[in-house]
Amino acid sequence: MSDDAVRWVCLLLPRLSLEGALRRRVDPEAPFALTEGAAPRRIIRAANATARAAGVRPGQALSLAESLCQGLDPRLETMPLDDDLTRRWRRRLAAWAYGYSGQVSLHYPHALVFEVASSFALFGPWPRLETQLRQDLAALGFSHRLVIAPNPAAARVLVNVHDGLAVDDETLTTALGELPLTHAGLERDSLRTLERSGFRHLGELFALPRSALARRFGKPLMRHLGELRGEWALALEYHRPASRFSRTFTFDRPVQAVAGLAFPLKRLLQELGFYLRGRDVGVERFQLKLTLEDRPAQTLDIGLQSVARDAETLLELTRAHLERVRLAGPVMAVTLKTATLAAYAPARRELLSGPLRQSQAWHELQQRLMARLGEETLKSLVEYQEHRPEAAVLAGRGALVADTDTVESRRRPGWLVARPERCDAEIIRLLSGPERIESGWWDGDDVRRDYYLAEWHDGRRAWVWQQAGQAGWYLHGWFG
Amino acid sequence: MSALTSLLDSRRVWRAQEAREETQAHQRERTLATGHVSLNAVLPGGGWPRGSVSELLSTGAGSGELALLWPLLARLTQADKPVLLVSPPAVPYPTAWRQAGVRLSRCHWLDVAGCDALWATEQSLRAGCCAAVVAWLPLADSRAMRRLQVAASSGDTPGFVLRGASRQQEASPAALRLRLHGRAGLEVIKCRGGWPPAGRIAFGDER
Repeated sequence: MSDDAVRWVCLLLPRLSLEGALRRRVDPEAPFALTEGAAPRRIIRAANATARAAGVRPGQALSLAESLCQGLDPRLETMPLDDDLTRRWRRRLAAWAYGYSGQVSLHYPHALVFEVASSFALFGPWPRLETQLRQDLAALGFSHRLVIAPNPAAARVLVNVHDGLAVDDETLTTALGELPLTHAGLERDSLRTLERSGFRHLGELFALPRSALARRFGKPLMRHLGELRGEWALALEYHRPASRFSRTFTFDRPVQAVAGLAFPLKRLLQELGFYLRGRDVGVERFQLKLTLEDRPAQTLDIGLQSVARDAETLLELTRAHLERVRLAGPVMAVTLKTATLAAYAPARRELLSGPLRQSQAWHELQQRLMARLGEETLKSLVEYQEHRPEAAVLAGRGALVADTDTVESRRRPGWLVARPERCDAEIIRLLSGPERIESGWWDGDDVRRDYYLAEWHDGRRAWVWQQAGQAGWYLHGWFG
Repeated sequence: MSALTSLLDSRRVWRAQEAREETQAHQRERTLATGHVSLNAVLPGGGWPRGSVSELLSTGAGSGELALLWPLLARLTQADKPVLLVSPPAVPYPTAWRQAGVRLSRCHWLDVAGCDALWATEQSLRAGCCAAVVAWLPLADSRAMRRLQVAASSGDTPGFVLRGASRQQEASPAALRLRLHGRAGLEVIKCRGGWPPAGRIAFGDER
């Protein structure tokens, strides 16, 4: 297949409603079905594999389905079919496909079409891209069929009977020709007329002179056939993904422990990862809102050191954050929200050379440490232009030291004790001093001290001071 | 016999046996010069072991630990490599560190204690991206030391663990063990790949 032509993928999602609902279930294997209709006459619309194995079929009355599953543990659980949820999942998957294509359309119900030829340069030839698409969908848990063809209309009808078929311009007519009319996307009226005339496959129509076809079956059919063969362009509206990400996971039963959040977080962050890749952006900060049973929601702000979008990374950092969190009450729902999206510069480790790779690794380490220990625990050494040691080191007051002319040149100890401690007995002798440090009256923190280098009882060297004119020694630092 | 002992003690005999050039070159690659001539001369390979933990035992801050480590930390940070201090005994005084030649922007410290400090040290050693990790871990027992030694070797990162002098009697998997005596110098208790020299070794400048 040549790589320069336009290529459209049609992705058919036959179980979108069911699988969209299953994604929010802790055990997707437990018997589950979607129902339709009002209370006394509810019928089964779709069922997962376990329920189907027990004999549950679409169209059955709910009561029958429940009795079929009576022997199962856990019992059959059901949810009413939620068209809104299905629509949301269509949009979410379109946002995912946007990561592979700038032209994504939701033109067809139950299916997604998107142009991919322009993506081959980025993602490699079709077989590799196909593998990637299928891996993503498997990770999200959506069963699917897909076909690639020179135009979206042909891809859409071919996916009715094929999975994994790749058709180019040369093979298009043959592939379409073998398609039964019942699967060719024809309007019901056209199909009935054609069948009554003895036609079974598209190929038989292609063999007829066009003028005869047009005369007998009219314009709509001619237009459809033209679209299939790529002679008439299909007018598609393209999907633009939403500019913000917000998604909620609601629990069936309130969750009491942080550990219970692991599963929904994994799901939500995975979806965030696909969304971010689709938009080719990353996040620097996101929010987790925990809806609590009987009190106001608890909100966690999760800040990253650098822009990220890989679901694994996000999950690891979120987990580390959660280790320090205490739940204020039972959690009913988790909402994941992104405040602002940031441009993402992929720093693929394997592509980076030595020093860059090192700095990336250092970055990741900082992030890991801060996530678990708290952002405020990782500090750097900053020198302030300030005489009083406690102000210079601890409070971060004073101007930053800019040039070497103004820096402190008198000898200072490597360690500063955060709160000076009284120490009279431990000093054996004074080795040097005094050095008068006197300042701070202007901000009410008056200091007038005489500092000495002193020898400690065990031979260590300490920095001690005495308030001018008073007795009593204070330990303020160590000369390492 | 006493002549032989003194030879062994001064490590001349050991050197003569092991002094195949290959071995020496290899050992040098596996070490980092300490910045103290007297210390380089007695340590196997001529410096701090690279993918290993070195243990510094003392009665506390102010025992000469900074004078000992500053030359290395200065050299690494000047080369634009990150250095991490984990749970230091007090707040590092930036002026002093700058005066010692350390590039402050590449020197970071973690203000944590207890198990967090152990965890952070292990993570940092294993990550392999720090030019050196210096950790004050009074709580680390010999099991913890073994974990750190494994982490240092898998991350090929030089680690320095500072513990109390009372730990000297405990077994330790550290490749190098030193006991600091402040201005009176240091003793080498153990050095992998060589015999510990007898007596105290003076190092650093006496300012």
